[in-house]
Amino acid sequence: MRRFALLLLLATQVTAFPAAASPPGASSCSGCHGAPGGAVPSLSRHSAEDIAASLAAFRSGARPATVMNRIAKGFSEEESRAIADYIAGGGQ
Amino acid sequence: MISIGRRAVLAGLAAATLPRPALAQGARGRVVVIGGGFGGATAARVLHRAGLDVTLVEPAETYWACPFSNEVIAGLRPMSAQGFGYEALRASGVAIARTSAEAVDGAARQVRLADGQVLDYDRLILSPGIALRFDALPGYDAAAAEVMPHAWKAGAQTELMAKKLAALPDGGTVVLSVPGNPYRCPPGPYERASLIAWYLKTHKPRAKLIVLDAKDTFSKQKLFEQAWRALYPGILDYVPLAAGGQVTSVDPAAMTVATDFETYKADLACIIPPQRAALIATQAGVADRSGWCPIDPVTFESRLVPRIHVIGDAAIAGAMPKSAFSANAQGKVCAEAVTDLLAGRTPGDPKLINTCYSLVAPGYGISVAGVYHPDKGVLADVEGAGGTGPLDAPEAVRQQEAAYAEDWYRTITKAVFG
Repeated sequence: MRRFALLLLLATQVTAFPAAASPPGASSCSGCHGAPGGAVPSLSRHSAEDIAASLAAFRSGARPATVMNRIAKGFSEEESRAIADYIAGGGQ
Repeated sequence: MISIGRRAVLAGLAAATLPRPALAQGARGRVVVIGGGFGGATAARVLHRAGLDVTLVEPAETYWACPFSNEVIAGLRPMSAQGFGYEALRASGVAIARTSAEAVDGAARQVRLADGQVLDYDRLILSPGIALRFDALPGYDAAAAEVMPHAWKAGAQTELMAKKLAALPDGGTVVLSVPGNPYRCPPGPYERASLIAWYLKTHKPRAKLIVLDAKDTFSKQKLFEQAWRALYPGILDYVPLAAGGQVTSVDPAAMTVATDFETYKADLACIIPPQRAALIATQAGVADRSGWCPIDPVTFESRLVPRIHVIGDAAIAGAMPKSAFSANAQGKVCAEAVTDLLAGRTPGDPKLINTCYSLVAPGYGISVAGVYHPDKGVLADVEGAGGTGPLDAPEAVRQQEAAYAEDWYRTITKAVFG
């Protein structure tokens, strides 16, 4: 059991190891989304669930937008989820 | 399979004992970045944040940004809003060599600087921007550009163009020459045409603008043409290639711009000449016969010289346009790929986004977006994504896109220059 826990811990770190390399597309977001207070909504203080749900709604067209519909269509649900985790984790 | 897993576990264990940047990266090596624009300054920042030894080579004290410089020309914005210093980047710890790169030796992996210093590198990132070709259009050389500004590199040329437009007599004729593809900022000439037309309509209603284009199709064309019909009838006359729009020579002394069919007399001529990657790219051997730099779509490594990566306007980035947004996105992806390579990892396939706004009048913005991924050796459009906004968008959307454009500029320049 202890060994399993240690492996789990190590496995988490192994997953985190290439964290420097952001998931596909994620590093582009900060090209528009910056600090709060501007016309473009800031992504800071949003949960991964919120961001993933927004991307899904933009992709399906359920949530109207100017450019985000066109951008969200370029990512699968899995990719969107990875981006959401990265952004919510403070990635830039 | 098992051994790979074990190695990964060991790597994780080793990483746990190292300080934070090394934990995140595991990379060792020296990186030199040439060019402190939207691509290079971004790459340097990301590499430094990853804990790598990076030197940014940039001779200028102030970077003059091209996006929104068409607003300066139309008198809508002060030039000071386009200038960015490197103090914040330097304060964040990025080493900046304030001199120009004179030569790159790809075999010796060295960069020789104008001040005599020689920098060794393990990986070199070139983000040198464009060179205007003063050998491509008869009559148009560097001296001619003082009479007929290009204003395609922001700075003194932008101010010169703004001054000349302000001095244009009412009833005068402005001629704008647009090159064939590829060139920096595909929709830029048409935004410039729009804002010059707006200026004429507002301040010199008897003046005219003739746009002479070396091609028949262009970025955001339907949106631009719709706006021109609505806003600038009788002011903006667009002549595509098929109608004889390709400029074949200019005469700055006579102030004439000639096509194969007609010679236009101008009171003010703005000539955007054909372009190529900046000279250092050619010198380094990374530019091909087209004058631009072929790259690997995953790492942005040159197809011609190993360990040199090319980003931004100088690169042949497939479907990705030459824009500040693209350069910024490429700077991040390339910096991460370089970090991976220096750590002995194979970079994964990236995706990159471009979003580009143009103003056709104050408070009237239009956009194009794209998502790109490596496909068959080039950066290709992700199918089903991107494209321009709808033609039938209400005024509120145009206003919103203009506001987004402003905010984009504020955000990206803050992210790049601090």
